[in-house]
Amino acid sequence: MKNKYFLIIIGSFFFFCFIVFFKGLKNPSIYIPELQKEKSFPEFKARDFYSDKKISSVDIFNDNNFYLINIWSSWCIPCRSEHNYLIKLKKQNLIKLVGINYKDNFENAKKFLDELENPYSKIIKDKNGTISIELGAYGVPETFIIDKRKKIIKKITGPINEKIYNEILLIIK
Amino acid sequence: MKLIKFLLIIFLYFFSFALFADEKNTALENKIFKNLRCIICQGQSIYDSQSDFAESMKLVVKQKLDLGMSEQDIYNFLKDQYGEWILYDPEFNTKTYFLWSIPILIFLLGGAIILRKLAVLKK
Repeated sequence: MKNKYFLIIIGSFFFFCFIVFFKGLKNPSIYIPELQKEKSFPEFKARDFYSDKKISSVDIFNDNNFYLINIWSSWCIPCRSEHNYLIKLKKQNLIKLVGINYKDNFENAKKFLDELENPYSKIIKDKNGTISIELGAYGVPETFIIDKRKKIIKKITGPINEKIYNEILLIIK
Repeated sequence: MKLIKFLLIIFLYFFSFALFADEKNTALENKIFKNLRCIICQGQSIYDSQSDFAESMKLVVKQKLDLGMSEQDIYNFLKDQYGEWILYDPEFNTKTYFLWSIPILIFLLGGAIILRKLAVLKK
């Protein structure tokens, strides 16, 4: 009788472990940091893309506007696919777009913008990737939406698609 | 001949120092690097990884140390940005108490089983 109970307990323990691991197998193993709460936008200093002058983030985000910060690079293929949405957003005139050029070569980045149109009102350089880390970014492309109180209210890891584009429109309208 | 051998040994001895790896990080920096997870690499700390993400993260840690932030300040800052997952040493809180208590529970359970077996044997 005792043995029977023992077997049942052991059996259910292994079954429990099996379920846990089997479920775990289906979870994506890549971790993407989610925005857990609204965060204040960190202050930083960076160089302007065109003039190479040092500028502070305070001077860039000085208007009472919604801002979209987009981390991009000319070598990043998904950045090309989201570029159209950025241009569409710019044409809405409801949000200001700021680009962070991540670990890029100036000539290539310029060519990229000449070819696909420049949607950004300001671009800053992030030569060594530290500004992106300060913002809590994970890679390129990555997008942050900042509201009028200068809080980060949305973070998008990966390229913007139709669904995300509509979500952004809902936020800023 | 002996002199040549002697000089050769001296010569090689001094030049062998050049073979030591160039350690460009301080002990504290390495300690912090080892406790930060490279979230785009699997199972590596930023100390182990040479990915773009890890290299940038190392620079940020160095900058923060230069600014006078303590080790704990840096952990708190990065935890705020990336969540608890960035730290290899998870803190004890409501989400992790199960994780921390499992080894102790298993240890106690194992001990209890052994004690019971011993009691049975003594009879």
